[in-house]
This record gives sequence, C-alpha cells and structure tokens, in this order.
Amino acid sequence: MPETILELQDLKTHFPIYRGGLLKREIGKVKAVDGVNLKVEQSEVLGLVGESGCGKSTLARTVMQLVHTTEGNVELEGRNLTKSSPEQMLEIRRDLQMIFQDPYASLNPRSTVFATLAEPMLVHKVCTQKEIHSRVGELMETVGLAPRFMQKYPHEFSGGQRQRIAIARALALRPKVVLADEPVSALDVSIQAQILNLLAELVKKMGLSLIFIAHDLSVVKHISDRVAVMYLGKIVELGTAEQVIGKPVHPYTKALVSAIPTANPDDERDRKRIMLPGDPPSPINPPSGCPFHPRCPSATDDCAIAVPALESFAEREVSCLRKAEL
Amino acid sequence: MSLLSVQDLRTYFHTRNGIYRAVDGVSFDLDAGKTLGIVGESGSGKSVTCYSLMGLIPSPPGRIESGKALFDGVDLLNCTPQQARSIRGKRISMIFQDPMTSLNPYMRISDQLIEPLMIHEDITKADALKRALEMLDAVGINDAANRIHYYPHEFSGGMRQRVMIAMALITKPELLIADEPTTALDVTVQAQILELIQKMQKEIGMGVIFITHDLGVVSGLCDRVQVMYGGRIVETADTRSLFYTPKHPYTRALQKSIPSMQPKGTELYTIEGLPPDVSKPLAGCSFAPRCEFANDGCTSDRKPELQDINETHRQSCLRVQSGEL
Repeated sequence: MPETILELQDLKTHFPIYRGGLLKREIGKVKAVDGVNLKVEQSEVLGLVGESGCGKSTLARTVMQLVHTTEGNVELEGRNLTKSSPEQMLEIRRDLQMIFQDPYASLNPRSTVFATLAEPMLVHKVCTQKEIHSRVGELMETVGLAPRFMQKYPHEFSGGQRQRIAIARALALRPKVVLADEPVSALDVSIQAQILNLLAELVKKMGLSLIFIAHDLSVVKHISDRVAVMYLGKIVELGTAEQVIGKPVHPYTKALVSAIPTANPDDERDRKRIMLPGDPPSPINPPSGCPFHPRCPSATDDCAIAVPALESFAEREVSCLRKAEL
Repeated sequence: MSLLSVQDLRTYFHTRNGIYRAVDGVSFDLDAGKTLGIVGESGSGKSVTCYSLMGLIPSPPGRIESGKALFDGVDLLNCTPQQARSIRGKRISMIFQDPMTSLNPYMRISDQLIEPLMIHEDITKADALKRALEMLDAVGINDAANRIHYYPHEFSGGMRQRVMIAMALITKPELLIADEPTTALDVTVQAQILELIQKMQKEIGMGVIFITHDLGVVSGLCDRVQVMYGGRIVETADTRSLFYTPKHPYTRALQKSIPSMQPKGTELYTIEGLPPDVSKPLAGCSFAPRCEFANDGCTSDRKPELQDINETHRQSCLRVQSGEL
C-alpha cells in the first residue's frame, strides 16, 4: 500500500465580494473551492481537469497556501499547512513546489538562469556558496538544459526551454510534491511532448508526487495515474485515468470526453458529441442540488433538490444521483 | 473555378535584426463552400498568410514581396484601397483567436454588430438592428433582444466568440478566415463553436480557412489540410489522406507527438530541437535540422518544392520525392 503524502480534508476557499467604497459590505461569496477531499500518494501523478472557472487553479493555490483557506485542512506528511506559522511554512515549502502555466510570465526577466535556480537553494540553505555552482549545473542537466546557458536571461530561451527552467526551479529543493498548473498549455504540440516526457521521467526518477492540472483531457490521460474531474469547486469524479477517461460515469465527464477532438477524420465525422448547453454557472450563486443539473442532459427533478455525495461506484468515486441508472 | 487562389505569396518583415521570411512562397486554392485547414506551430507563418490576404500586415516592417491572391478576379494584394474596402468585411471576413481583446470594450454589441452592415449595405439602422438580432439568434445567444445592448464584458468567453462569429457573418461573406478561433476556449465550448461554424457554413455556403495548431480540430472540420513549417507549405492533401497516409516527416512527427488516447507510460514521440529561425536563410529543407530522416541531400542548395503524389496530395520532402522514404 503506497503511503499517502498529501491529504486535503473538506477544503474550502471562498472569496468574499464587497460592495461600497468606505463602508465595505460583504454581499456574497465566490465559492471557488467548495469542499474537496483528496489524497495524493507517493510517486503518483494525479490529473486535475475541468473547465475554466471550476476552481482547479484556486485549489492548487490553496494547497500551496498562496491564498487563505476558508475551511478544512491541507496535510503534508501529517503537518497541517492551514495552521502552520510562517516559520513552519518556510520549512514545509521545501517539500511543496509549483510550476506555473506561462513560462513567459513566471520567470524574472532580470535574473539569469543561475540566479533563478540558486535563489531557492540559498534561501533554504541547502548547500554552501561553494557548491552552488555545481548544484545549479546538475539541476540544469536534470531538465535537459546545457549548463553553459547558466548566465543567460529568460528572453534568450524559447517557450519550451523556459518551462524547463521553471521545472528546474521547482525541483531545486528536491520537493516531495509538485503542483503543475497547466504546464504545457502555452506550448506548441512538438514542445508539449518534450515537456510531458520530461515530467514523466522526473516523477519516476525522483519519486515525486505530481498534481497535474490541465484542461486538455488527452494530455491528462497520458501522464496521470489517477484523474479528478472538478466542476464548480467540487470533485465530481475521481478514479484511475483508464476508468475515468476511458469509461466515464458522471454525465459531465462524459461530455468532457466526448468534446475532445481526435486526430482521426473518420471517427470524428461519425461521432455523436454530447453538447453541453451554455457556460458553467457562476460560483457566486451555485445551482441548488447537483451543481451540474442545469446543463446535464440526463437531469431529473430530483437532481435540482438533492446534493449528490462523492460515492464509490464502478471502481471509482463519483457524485451523481443517477449513476446507477445511466 | 476556385473562390480564392493564392500564388507564390511572400511576406517578409524587415527588422533591425534582419529579414524575417515569415511566409516564403505559399500557393493554394480554395473552392467555394469548402473548408481548408492550415496547421502549423507558432512561427510557421500560418497567421501571417491570412493577415496578408486581409491587408492586415503592419507596414513597415512587413512587406508583401511577391505573389497574387485572386478572389473573384480581383488580386487582393494589388488592388485599389476602394476595391479592398468593398471586399474586406463584406465578402471576406475574419474571426480572431482571442475574443477577449478583439471586441471593442467601449461599444455596445449592437453598435459593433451593425457596423459592417452600415458600411457595406444601403440599409437603415432599424433594419440593420433587425438583421443583427436574427444573427445573434442564429449563433445561439439566448434572449438576444435584451443582450444585444450589452457591452462585451458582460459576456463570457464562449459568448464573445459567438458575437464575433455573428459579426463576421452578418454580411453573408463568401469566405471566412478563422484564426485559431477556439484556442482560448474550453473543450466543451470549443465543441459548441466548431459545430456553430459548420452550421453557419451550411446555411451561407461560404468557404472557410481554418487556422489552428490542433490536428484534432482539423480532422472533423476540414475538407483539405495544409501543413506549414518555416513559412512554407510542406504537405497538402485532403483530410483523410493527410491523416491516414501522411508522407512528409514533419506531418508524421506532428501526428506522433499528440498524446491523444495513447496509453500512459509510453513515451511520447518528440521532435528534437526548435522551429527554424526564419531570419537566416537556410540551405535546403527547413525541417532538415530536426528531421530524423535527413541526409546530406536535404541540406544542399536544392530548395524542396511541393510535388504531386496524386491528384489531391502534394508534399515537399526531397527524400520522399526521390522514393527513398
């Protein structure tokens, strides 16, 4: 039985909405993450998918404690992040790192690669000044960059190379868990494949746990062991990649899977797509009952009343009232 | 007769760092009512090709060095501004990638929608508004009568793209150029938009040029596909031939590097290296430095040209042409 390394317990992140200038009045809440329970095991890749606005990025930021947690716990190897002091957090961040979507924005344009990669090691005092040069060199080799580029600035690199620098920075402290927020969606197809291979190789080699956030299901299926599908701040389906994407149960997952265009003209022309009407509803006023019912092709009257819980069903967990009938 | 015929289009950008040959000898035809997909990575020249046709190349630094683009007998690249104005926005229209930035945030949707009609047609404002309403209904915006008076920020991304499509199609163009119209959208919304473009195409009977980097989007939508690399077309074929019997090594490599539905654990095929720097003239084939099949012949002075494999399929790999691959 593999060890659970990161555990989210009933995690909620709500952003208050204020109106009025001087006397700010709270008029509502954006429920970006609304009750997420999740366990991440050691050296596993967990894919997190959903449409924009479903809360997947906020979930990652909450785990990193970059935004304030409203309720619930984030536990990393038994240490509760939501109740940690800043000193403890500094310690914990060593084990928890993040890769961002846009490698053009996430690197400091005024820092050389050396400065970018050396900074975390110096802050956390993981090695002496003397060793730093060779450590940065090693790190660059791990992600497939030649150490001779150490003194170059980010603008001298292409998008794919920049994403490699961002990955190297996340790995500098030998973390246990890495959160990657859409790390390949800003890249071209041929470069995307290089980065995906690199991430898969690093997970295997370093025993990392990776939470891989993406909206592209084919990418997620390729890299993930398990997949969690999010809708309006909640997980609606969770299971192995083969189960969830290969044989989806939740109507939302089914619609997502059917919307992926495949590079196969014959299939593509005969295929019946499940068209979801409209856009996801606002997380300020989520619909009653099942949050998906207004767009769901198989919703009944009950779906508007009862809130479905995430329950085990057909080798996965799924939150749909009609899961057995569909 | 084809609706649009582009011949030997070359668009260069003259910058301080040298001449960027963004589009370097591109020729293609599009028949009325058909859909052509242009696929390539960023920097391959797919957008610049279409911007050249629409006269949207900033000049300087850009310059159309040579070429013809015949649209109904008029050369779009060498016509009077009056001629261009009577075609652009009326008979050819365009949808852009990012619906967040391509609508004017200061103008109501209604005013933006009727603008092409007011310019190109002899029509009263009331009639134009009626047409705009019908168009919004047709692209699937509920409660159009009310929402036509909204500002762009009051719509979501998918809705804005629908407004863009309504605006592009309101003059019933003969040709629609769509530059990555779904790249900024979610898969579910992407499916809606693709369906909408197909539906409108059937209704109006227009030709469509669909620019994308996503081979998956192309496969269901296009009649023909052309693959661009380094400012040139490397392969062009009907969709089925391109997907089932790709010939050019770049097309094959692109296909192999898509992770779609491959089982986990298998390593993805990668194309080593980076797209070419189009500011430096490269001897021979521009894909040769990254190509696993390249030999000395590929980097010699001979520029690869498109050659017919059969009636519908042309490609430019020298080694395929000589029968070695």
